[in-house]
Amino acid sequence: MYFGLSEDQLFFQENVSRFLEDHASLDVIKKITEGEGQNLQKEINSGLVNLGINGLLVPEEYGGLDLDLLFAAAVSQSLGENVAPFSFLGPYVMAPIALSHGSSNEQKRKYLSDIAENKIKFAIGFTEFIAARNGSGVTFKNNKVNGRLMFVLDIEGATHLLLADESGCIGIVDLADKNIEIVKLTTVDKTRSYSEVILDDVSVDLLEKSLKDNFVINKTIDAGRIILAADSLGASSTLISKAVEYSKERRQFGRTIGSFQAVKHMCAEMAADLEPCYAFVWHAAHCFDNIPDESRLMSCHVKSHVSDVSKVIAKKATEVHGGMGFTDLMGIHYWFKRIGVNRQNLGPPEIVREEAAKIQNL
Amino acid sequence: MNLNYGPEYKNFKKEVISFCKKWEGVHFVDEAKSPLTPITKVGGKKITRTKWQSILIREGYFARSIPKKYGGYGGESDVIKNRIIASEFSNHGVPSPMGGQGIDMLVPTLLELGTEEQKKQYVEKTLLGEIIWCQGYSEPNAGSDLASLQTKGELVEGNWIINGQKIWTSTAQYSQMMFCLVRTEPEAKKHAGISYLLIPMDTSGIEIRPLVDMTLKAGFNEVFFTDVRIPEANIVGKRGEGWAVANATLTHERGSLTDPNGTMNRVNSLIDRMKKETIDGKKLIDIPVYRDKLMGLQAKVMAFQSNSLRVLSAKINSGQDMKMAGMIQKYYGTELRHELEGFAVDVMGEIGTLYEDSPHLRDKGSWQFLYMYYLGLIIGGGTSQIQKNIIAERGLGMPREPKVQGV
Repeated sequence: MYFGLSEDQLFFQENVSRFLEDHASLDVIKKITEGEGQNLQKEINSGLVNLGINGLLVPEEYGGLDLDLLFAAAVSQSLGENVAPFSFLGPYVMAPIALSHGSSNEQKRKYLSDIAENKIKFAIGFTEFIAARNGSGVTFKNNKVNGRLMFVLDIEGATHLLLADESGCIGIVDLADKNIEIVKLTTVDKTRSYSEVILDDVSVDLLEKSLKDNFVINKTIDAGRIILAADSLGASSTLISKAVEYSKERRQFGRTIGSFQAVKHMCAEMAADLEPCYAFVWHAAHCFDNIPDESRLMSCHVKSHVSDVSKVIAKKATEVHGGMGFTDLMGIHYWFKRIGVNRQNLGPPEIVREEAAKIQNL
Repeated sequence: MNLNYGPEYKNFKKEVISFCKKWEGVHFVDEAKSPLTPITKVGGKKITRTKWQSILIREGYFARSIPKKYGGYGGESDVIKNRIIASEFSNHGVPSPMGGQGIDMLVPTLLELGTEEQKKQYVEKTLLGEIIWCQGYSEPNAGSDLASLQTKGELVEGNWIINGQKIWTSTAQYSQMMFCLVRTEPEAKKHAGISYLLIPMDTSGIEIRPLVDMTLKAGFNEVFFTDVRIPEANIVGKRGEGWAVANATLTHERGSLTDPNGTMNRVNSLIDRMKKETIDGKKLIDIPVYRDKLMGLQAKVMAFQSNSLRVLSAKINSGQDMKMAGMIQKYYGTELRHELEGFAVDVMGEIGTLYEDSPHLRDKGSWQFLYMYYLGLIIGGGTSQIQKNIIAERGLGMPREPKVQGV
């Protein structure tokens, strides 16, 4: 019995972290998010692809590394720690999972191989299946798709879009299609990209197995939720380290603020709340790979729980930094915002908890 | 990640299950000697507690790693086997071995630091439940700051003469012995002046007064010492080393107070209760606000279960880092349990406040009782605030509070 990340997983995770420390410092991230770092962004993208991040979940027969979701969760933790300006969730987690489980052999050969070779990149438009907001939704008819997707993930640099209707049928469209209009959305988190997509009679390649039942879309969303939880876990762990470090340096009333019990207790509460989240995220990813019966409930609960814990940490860690925590100078807000957006992606906590209740027939 | 225990444990589990089936329904002829002894089913074989303890030791289901010459099974310590035993006993409703402060705290201390004579005199009898122990640590003015304790011990003509008072002494009224911290070196510095003494509770000069707590049960006692005389040899470790002797066991107590699987059983009981209970004809489980909070708590308990697997793994696989995961357990587990029991009272509303033998009482009043009982556990064994100091200082490396001048 061994509960935790394996040596291989830790090694891969460290490689990602080391690369990001060297190439995606906060200064670099600031430049990119202010729109002045296109070359720096390219360097980050190609560096991470060189590490094999794009083929992580692609089966071996299509040229991928054929690793499991726990591996991807370990990577996502590192990306979150460093608020990496990088699209991981959509193109390299949800797309390969959906294609592996839902597509025909012909589709697999076409798309999965291209993901592994870094020729194509998927954005994800599943929000309408989880909770459709006013005036959004798509319909499939005669291999065409019409409608509007309100909140597409990872549109930056994407060549294709994996989209779902309200009933959970999944299709693929080529973003080069002229009948697609992309409206970029601005969220608080500028390390990743979001958009509205309007489709007017666009050709769609449907995933056959997703038409039968909701297995494929649920499996894909489960994976996505675990990866988002891992990202928030990483972001939260950085916030705690930063708060503790700052509290040991900053002096007021003739002593470091970290020696005040009020500050110590805030940090202890953050650490105590976050610590079980490591085990929970790894456990959920392990169940996703090996114990499918427990997997759906685990991924719902890990998403909503880590979202709630991270929200509180984002607040408290900012507070420990005092006024400086509120400034752009210190940059704490990058982690605060990353956590804020992760929380809403693929279902905010209350919606996901209702899903958890339904999974248990409650 | 590998959650399989392997073939050796599969066989062990089978053995334990067949043992449990053989003894299903076993219960005790003698009265519970202590409130900490387990509640058992009625029906099946009747047996004395001492006999039951000796069967469990013989089979290796209790006192596994304690040497045979001191009354144990004499095997290797094995956390996975312990876990299998605990979960199968609980699944089959077979009474688990006795716990309590003698078995959980004194025995490990004696095995590590006691003399050969002390080990022979006390360990086996304690394991069999023939000697029940209580712990004499806290005093009215020495709680979180335990090392400031003032109960005095003077060595006069080969005897310790003890005067003072202890408080929060659970099971004192059932105990034959107390392991006690006493100030024997008044000239030495705070921590260096304490000794760890073993006191027979029938010695003259000891008075026990039950201390009724908010649950209206006398879970604790006050114990008063007036010229209590015990032999000089009843000391563990040397004079003035009592603080170090006690610390070996305090660490143990903190880890053992909370069980995530027990908490998950409570979540499941609460789900059952919420399916039965209604407001205005609507089941509680169908009321969105309650559903949401219930799911939130279930998630939190699952996180705690995962955390305990990680702690278990670190005990088996050397070199795995789990310092923080272990350190948070007392704080996290007691607060979580209190929150859960309190939520259950809330969903039942006024019915949730019923107590003792009131009409309309649900689940024997256990939600309200445990809601209060766990507040006791949040405070006892190092309060949540003390736990946060430990997490911050030892876990996160934050600076200690500056000492107040002149204390």
